[in-house]
Amino acid sequence: MQWETVIGLEVHVQLATQSKIFSGASTNYGAEPNTQACAIDLAMPGMLPVLNEGAVRMAVKFGLAVNADIAHRSVFDRKNYFYADLPKGYQISQMYYPIVGRGEVSINLPDNSTRPVGIHHAHMEEDAGKSLHEDFHGQTGIDLNRAGTPLLEIVSEPDMRSAEQAAAYLRKIHSIVTYLGISDGDMSQGSMRCDCNVSVRPVGQEEFGTRTEIKNVNSFRFVEKAINTEAERQIELIEDGGTVEQETRLYDADRNETRSMRTKEFANDYRYFPDPDLLPVEIDDDYINDVRGELPELPDEKQARFTRDYGLSEADAAPLVQNQAQADYFETVAKASGDPRQAANWIMGELARLMNQNDITIDQCPVSAESLATLMGRIQDGTISTKIAKQVFEALWNGEGTTDEIIENQGLKQVSDSGEIESLVDQVLSENPEMVEDYLGEEVAKKQKKKFNALVGQVMKASQGKANPAQVNDILQSKLSKN
Amino acid sequence: MHTKTLSELSRMLDSGETSSEELTRETLDRIKAQDSRYNSFITLAEEQAMASARQADEQRASGKASALTGVPFAHKDIFCTRDLRTTCGSRMLDNFVPPYNSTVAEKLDEAGAVCVGKTNMDEFAMGSSNETSYYGPVTNPWGDKLVPGGSSGGSAAAVAARLVAGATATDTGGSIRQPAALCGLTGLKPTYGRISRYGMIAFASSLDQAGTLTRTAEDSALMLNAMAGFDPRDSTCMDRAVPDYTEGLNNDIKGLRIGLPTEFFSDDLDPVMAQQVREAIREYERLGATVTEISLPHSHLAVPAYYVIAPAECSANLSRFDGVRYGHRCENPQDLNDLYLRSRSEGFGEEVKRRILVGTYALSAGFFDAYYLKAQKVRRLIQQDFIQAFEKVDVIMGPTSPSPAFAQGDKTDDPVNMYLEDVFTISTNLAGLPAMSIPGGMVNNLPIGLQIIGNYFDEGRLLNAAHQFQKVTDWHEKAPEGAV
Repeated sequence: MQWETVIGLEVHVQLATQSKIFSGASTNYGAEPNTQACAIDLAMPGMLPVLNEGAVRMAVKFGLAVNADIAHRSVFDRKNYFYADLPKGYQISQMYYPIVGRGEVSINLPDNSTRPVGIHHAHMEEDAGKSLHEDFHGQTGIDLNRAGTPLLEIVSEPDMRSAEQAAAYLRKIHSIVTYLGISDGDMSQGSMRCDCNVSVRPVGQEEFGTRTEIKNVNSFRFVEKAINTEAERQIELIEDGGTVEQETRLYDADRNETRSMRTKEFANDYRYFPDPDLLPVEIDDDYINDVRGELPELPDEKQARFTRDYGLSEADAAPLVQNQAQADYFETVAKASGDPRQAANWIMGELARLMNQNDITIDQCPVSAESLATLMGRIQDGTISTKIAKQVFEALWNGEGTTDEIIENQGLKQVSDSGEIESLVDQVLSENPEMVEDYLGEEVAKKQKKKFNALVGQVMKASQGKANPAQVNDILQSKLSKN
Repeated sequence: MHTKTLSELSRMLDSGETSSEELTRETLDRIKAQDSRYNSFITLAEEQAMASARQADEQRASGKASALTGVPFAHKDIFCTRDLRTTCGSRMLDNFVPPYNSTVAEKLDEAGAVCVGKTNMDEFAMGSSNETSYYGPVTNPWGDKLVPGGSSGGSAAAVAARLVAGATATDTGGSIRQPAALCGLTGLKPTYGRISRYGMIAFASSLDQAGTLTRTAEDSALMLNAMAGFDPRDSTCMDRAVPDYTEGLNNDIKGLRIGLPTEFFSDDLDPVMAQQVREAIREYERLGATVTEISLPHSHLAVPAYYVIAPAECSANLSRFDGVRYGHRCENPQDLNDLYLRSRSEGFGEEVKRRILVGTYALSAGFFDAYYLKAQKVRRLIQQDFIQAFEKVDVIMGPTSPSPAFAQGDKTDDPVNMYLEDVFTISTNLAGLPAMSIPGGMVNNLPIGLQIIGNYFDEGRLLNAAHQFQKVTDWHEKAPEGAV
């Protein structure tokens, strides 16, 4: 039987406010345990929450970015459950009247097609603290620094049909929130976390299968792996005559498997009810328009502009706009070099390769956009070849000087002196008579071209890559035809 | 000096007739000598009080005094007081010393008032007789075996016994007004949002409101002046100017339109009580007020609605008392569940547990709509009743409680009967309206209360009406034996 996977994601995005959603304590990451938790975060007796307006603004910003309805009146509810890192014994969230209603994003798939994914709603809530089970000798340590950090929970419709689409959706949400500057989106620090709802159904069936929820999957790669693993588990289960149980599961990345956490039977009854300590959040059109005015150019708009104004293909533009810093870097290089396509090639080629190798982002990249543009200029003006340029780029990356210093100091300047090239050509021809004969004896044009290129390669090699390839071509051509 | 009102003490301090140090010393000595009879205090703040008194005297000397500078008073033990134990009448918080002040404590501090201690109360303000306190019941100064009402029973008993001239209190369903009635005092519950709830330990957040217990309306006005006002730390606190509540006390009340809800004078009301209350209202007519009958048709739904909403909110509000960060923690917990189970079982008393259970039930899946949402609808109907009534009248009057003080133990085995103690007071909490109880007569040699309900933020009018009544009657001057 052919199976289809149906996926919906709940993405928790930590909002980049300075202070917590209901208290004045700092939200900085990585402080000593319990040094960033005030009396309100500790749920001391008589303490009351006061809403951080910054979080509201960020939530509205997100809503507008995904063309969602913004609720003029949204309400905070209490979600009741006991856990040691939940100081109040309830989490303040928005159950019945969330601030962001229905919206939509367009995801970019590897085949350069796009696909719409519905946003069911997004709501504000506070994060819990952390329970630390190691280093406490059979006891549990509680760190409440994270308690009260503002979160935006973005709930998608079950619109995705493959793990690949789910990852693309997650990347799109990541792009949007980082473009908006409402989150650093750092999944390794938990600034963005994801719960995946997964079900399977026979292809053609309209009705959804029973879903399971995989909690807290914390990287783009794991989202794909966890969904694939879970879908396979469900299919195998059904094909073996079993039924999928609605439950919460945990993804174990080390073993690449999901494990049951709790079944529906033991699901909590959260007893949601409106939090009487907080007034409903009232937002008028002026406020919404004000926030709309602050929206930056978003990834989709940027991509459209890049293809339109810079003549990039969709395939080239899509990865470039995924993060704002990279898109900005591109624009600087494109403008300074006057060659947008080559700029895109450099960024998605050499630059991406070295960034991946060193596991850094473009903000930390040691080669500035201006230096890259200068380097490209040296190719354009014939100072160096493209091949040598890659060598210069690595040197720039390693901090060996400016483009021109490196070319000068390392003697990488392209040889364009015809006499010098001619003698190199002569040298190669006399040292490789059998190659010359081979070339001249070949009758198939295509094969002959290949043999010609082999000779060009020999000349380039003799010049240590510095000879101007166009000149080498010309001179070699004329020498060989004289023969 | 212990028979003086806050206003009188204020004038004596102003004239130099006494000092705060002398007054505070005498107050503390009197509490130590006499409170074993009432059990109205949980914690005395002797050292802190004497230090504040000396500071107050310096302030008076330098001419920077407010009316309350140097005047001793007591806090209900529900208000967090920095470095002073705050128990909320519960074993759960027996060891709790807040590192912060409630806004009410802060404001009275700023006004220079001297807190001599923390008064007894029903555990987490849940009770109408002050018998649910972990620190034992409070005895009404009007009779050895009588309850003072609750939950602010300690504050009421302390003021009635002339241990202090005024005390803070809170009212969620009648916890200021009913003890005021049973102890012969003036109790004021302001509009919801008039006084900040920051640092006031929550029972039911949408109903809780701080207020005052004093002997006279004039004293209530003095305290309200200090306590009211906007506080950015409480989102439900209203940003609204605070008038000087003493200014309008002497306004003529000729033409005041009084509404008497037929529902408050039904056949269920003890005829003797009804007669006393009607007589008090005749006094108003003599002062030139007009009386009309009105109807609050949904009154009978107030108690049931309240006993869904208040427990629902309390079931969540009290979740923070889990033994993890502060408060009572059981010995040798085996795991997290055991820690919760035993800490909470040991830390909370019976009535608190009952209400947490009721509230948890009312919010459960499958019951939420039928209980919580329905109760909220009833709440809006009750509010509408009042809004319509205030189109025709300025104030609404009636009894505060169904009877005068009853005997300790009388209602402890019958929670519903105990809950009916608040049958006349609860609807104003549901509507968020201000209300007072003032001494309105005597039944069986015990004081009874006249309740006056006002429109939103109309505390000034309530205080004015109460003060004018107190100028022509002496019910508020009656004192229990042994108190004077």
